[in-house]
Amino acid sequence: MNSFSLIWSNLFRRRVRTFLTLFSIIAAFLLFGLLRSVADAFDSGVEVAGVDRLTVSPKYSIIDGLPVSHMSQILAMPGVAGVTHSTWFGGTYQSTANFFPKFPVEPRAYFEMFDEYIIDPAQLDEFERIRTAAVAPADLAEEYGWQVGDRIPIEGDIWLREDGSRRWEFELVGTYRIRDDENMFAGFLFNYDYFDEARIPETEGIISNFSVRVSNPDEAAEVSARIDARFENSINPTRTATEAEANRQFAAQVGDIGLIMNSILSAVFFTILLLTGNTMAQALRERVPELAVLKTLGFTDRRVALLVLLESVLLCGIGGALGIALATLILGAIAPDLAAFLGQVEMSAMTTFGGLGIAVLLGIVVGLNPALSARRLQVVEALRR
Amino acid sequence: MSIIQLNQVSRHFTKGRQKVEVLNDLDLEIEEGDFLALMGPSGSGKTTLLNLIGGLDQPTAGSVEVAGQQLVGLSSRKLAQWRSRNIGFIFQFYNLLPILSARRNVELPLLLTRLGGRQRRRNADVALAIVGLGDRAGHKPGELSGGQQQRVAIARAIVADPRILVCDEPTGDLDRETADEILDLLELLNREHGKTIIMVTHDPKAATHARRTLYLDKGSLVREAA
Repeated sequence: MNSFSLIWSNLFRRRVRTFLTLFSIIAAFLLFGLLRSVADAFDSGVEVAGVDRLTVSPKYSIIDGLPVSHMSQILAMPGVAGVTHSTWFGGTYQSTANFFPKFPVEPRAYFEMFDEYIIDPAQLDEFERIRTAAVAPADLAEEYGWQVGDRIPIEGDIWLREDGSRRWEFELVGTYRIRDDENMFAGFLFNYDYFDEARIPETEGIISNFSVRVSNPDEAAEVSARIDARFENSINPTRTATEAEANRQFAAQVGDIGLIMNSILSAVFFTILLLTGNTMAQALRERVPELAVLKTLGFTDRRVALLVLLESVLLCGIGGALGIALATLILGAIAPDLAAFLGQVEMSAMTTFGGLGIAVLLGIVVGLNPALSARRLQVVEALRR
Repeated sequence: MSIIQLNQVSRHFTKGRQKVEVLNDLDLEIEEGDFLALMGPSGSGKTTLLNLIGGLDQPTAGSVEVAGQQLVGLSSRKLAQWRSRNIGFIFQFYNLLPILSARRNVELPLLLTRLGGRQRRRNADVALAIVGLGDRAGHKPGELSGGQQQRVAIARAIVADPRILVCDEPTGDLDRETADEILDLLELLNREHGKTIIMVTHDPKAATHARRTLYLDKGSLVREAA
């Protein structure tokens, strides 16, 4: 036996209570791991996106849209090497659970702009040639078992067809992959011309945003300012930013993700603090005579206090480690499903070690008061109990 | 040669505004190897005297020298270290840790030494063998009888080889037969292993196992019987 086994034995003296507390801590850190990783995924999109491309969005809201006629004016501006556009389509494939982004695009211009998307040239030709053609990321096609030649029905929600129907149907003519698995919002792409002709006339010519390639990345800020200045007084003013900033703003439409996550986690940890604190206080009360015996045998006040504190740290540490480990496993399993919207979702080292740090800190905070009480314990008084 | 020497020792407690005098100007000298029974009515100060000798409490006045160490004025940490080397405690209700096996209970004082794990375990087994419980090392206190638990407590008290055993009513919770076994064991430890034993008891029959008996009343020694 050593001091650790003494602590360990004490920890599990009331197994049901300890396991219930442990499960609460595991649940809290599972939540921590998952929520922090999702929040990181939002940030991750911001960091990965390139700065040689700009995104031009409606100035006030993503639901406003921009006229496609802006494109020729942007292309004519100094410092602009290329422009294309895309539109958020929304829509549902078979079930709302089957979420993936869908964009009507200009086939060739889009793949020239996003050169990290790799597609077979023959398939790109088909994509451009066939009006109802669509291409999908290879992993998305694999997930849904799509083969080239399949017809993919999408139920529209934002965009209705001219005849009032919601059903859009596309022919899959190819798949593409993303070089180096870059963290991009790769989506189901279909032909803009078909989309524009088939949608109700009132919405014709409206797109969500332009992607602009700048001639010189060092001049991105000037080009950005130039574009916005050009449309400042139009009825469709723009907000131009790097893709990183556009992603961040997109996330910000939902709210301050970090703040939301941290608020939830603060509430969770506060509850855990009270719960575990109560458990430790109860454990100490039950053990007063035993702690007095330890002191009688020659354990110093400090050593007894340390035993109590380490017990609390061990409990929270185990719970934290198991919670983080469980979150890592769960993230590994659900990451492919989240990838379409959040990009790469994984447990970062920062979240892992941060979580473990919080667990240890929680243990210290929870165990401090019982430890100090144990330290102050008077042997003669305690033995009388 | 005296191993315990108390001079002019007083111990007062305060209860509210009332001052309670438990020990008054008490002088006591105990020779090394002695087996002393302390008797007296409840509240006479027996346990307080035992606590002072065991370094668990400090006197209000006077000096307490035990095993060559003046205990008055020692810090809590120093007293704890001193206790771990010099005193073995045996309580009426055994005070074993219920979560630990007999062997681990006995090993507890050795955690404060520099002995390695294997040596600690060996010493604990030897102590259990001395008290006749070598075959119960893996049992937890709840699985042992009262007498067996007290034997484990005695093994724990002697495992670090202290010079003095301080026993507070060690047979108070046991039947006559078991009590006699425990007292025989204490006698053996005194006679064969040279332990100095100070035992508080209410039981005159238990006191007969001691070499001498001191009677306390109202905080003072009133008489001595050999």
